[in-house]
Amino acid sequence: MRTLRRIGLYTGLAIAALTFIYPFLWMASATFKPLSEVGTLALFPTHATLDNYKTMWARAPFGRALINSLLVATTITIAVLVFGSITAYAMARLRFKGRPALNAATMGVLLVPGQLTLIPLYTLIVQLGWIDTYAALIIPYLFNATAILMMRQFFLQIPQSLIDSARMDGMGELRILFTIFWPLSKPVLSIVAIFTFMGSWNEVLWPLLVVREQHLMTLPQLLTVFSLGGGAGSIGVSLASAMVLVVPVVIAYAFLQRNFIESMAGSGVKG
Amino acid sequence: MRAERRSGSLMAAPYAAFLLIFAAYPILFALVLVFLKWDLVTTPVFAGADNMRMLATDTRFWRAVANTFVFLSIHLPLQVASALMLALALNRPLAFRSFWRAAFFLPVVISGAVVAILWSNLYATDVGLINGVLVRIGLRPVPWLTDPSTAMPAIAAMVTWKNVGFYVIIYLAGLQYIPRSCKEAIEIEGASTWQRFRFLTLPLLLPQTILVVTLSTINGFQLFIEPYVMTGGGPLRRTYSIVLYLYTNAFAYQKMGYAATIGVALALIIGSVVFIQRRVIGNAEAL
Repeated sequence: MRTLRRIGLYTGLAIAALTFIYPFLWMASATFKPLSEVGTLALFPTHATLDNYKTMWARAPFGRALINSLLVATTITIAVLVFGSITAYAMARLRFKGRPALNAATMGVLLVPGQLTLIPLYTLIVQLGWIDTYAALIIPYLFNATAILMMRQFFLQIPQSLIDSARMDGMGELRILFTIFWPLSKPVLSIVAIFTFMGSWNEVLWPLLVVREQHLMTLPQLLTVFSLGGGAGSIGVSLASAMVLVVPVVIAYAFLQRNFIESMAGSGVKG
Repeated sequence: MRAERRSGSLMAAPYAAFLLIFAAYPILFALVLVFLKWDLVTTPVFAGADNMRMLATDTRFWRAVANTFVFLSIHLPLQVASALMLALALNRPLAFRSFWRAAFFLPVVISGAVVAILWSNLYATDVGLINGVLVRIGLRPVPWLTDPSTAMPAIAAMVTWKNVGFYVIIYLAGLQYIPRSCKEAIEIEGASTWQRFRFLTLPLLLPQTILVVTLSTINGFQLFIEPYVMTGGGPLRRTYSIVLYLYTNAFAYQKMGYAATIGVALALIIGSVVFIQRRVIGNAEAL
């Protein structure tokens, strides 16, 4: 009876896991299938071909979009870590005028749904003349309230004696932050880095609003525009273009799944 | 002390400036835009309560609101049930536990745009994988995304699939805090597995359930890329979402005042729905 139940449990789990993994496997295999085979359930194409990738690469600037996505997501992640930790350090460990107000404002920002500020932010970008620039994709994301609160919470637990003795040695606040706090804060820094990078990498609504020039599009946007605009022409080509976005993420996920799960579940970021 | 104050203000100043420009100003300007008519080209015109009046009688907007409630009525029960079931299965002593967890979480890390493109192919009437399976087991293919009655449920099922791994993690965290002594006590009392679930596990997981319901409700109101990619809001506007309508007004019709009004209305609707849900779930527990 016990073994029977265990078999049942594992069969159930295997079927569940298959429903989460199989669609992605089917997608990967479909990109290597010629048009006539795409409709089949088979995982292995009988006549494997790279045509879908060649077509996708020739019809839209996916290489450029990959570079744009990497550039935007990396810049934002570094900014959120560096600027965010400077802010969090001040908010956690330094007494200054306006600190309570800044704390309250940070909490308040998290309660406002993004859709409320979407249009005013868009009109601001238009008036600044930033449509079709990297600035529009990067600058509104330079600071992140969730990240600052998480880092602040972590910094609060680091003993004051470390700061005091560092100050005695004549260290400035920034040096204390980067040489003493950063090495101690690796867990929270990696959590922030992953959810910031993933949030930026997968974001599509904001780029759809502020970028129209194909050469400035990030991957999810180009992919959406390309598939919707009929540029792809066939399922295989449109799925092949999706692979450019998926493969780097799946590779990173395979190596860092624990960190990914902890990070994205902890922050509330869902692609 | 003075040095600390100075460096504190200096280090926090860039963030304070950022908040003023990219948070405070947009929030205030959203409330101003509600009273304006503006196409971004000509100068804005004061429109009084026109935007609000228009919104109140705009059948397309209310259609989108109704669609969202259809979406939520399918998505919420499905999301809670599937996340709870998978979390309970994962909470036992298992071989390859981290593999199962990673498998369920995989769609969470994939971009919504990719998932939408992938599933519009899985749902395709003639060549889709799902209909392929249906035909093989002797059923008739279903026009998932082109039939007005199945399009929104199909999207709701897909979003549930995409996010379930995220909510499984929330439930797993909650399950770890159920004291062993409670489990033992209820077993000694001779409770069946169902009774143990119904009278011990479920009530103790209430905080997690409230969180799952709240987060998936907020997420549901923000539905955009799925209908944008999969259906364009059709068939018969049955999958038109509020954010898709907001985007269309801003981007295609250049109606900034009206789009901002939709944004403010959406924020108010999300706030009140979440508030009511919390009251109802809290009260249900008191009974």
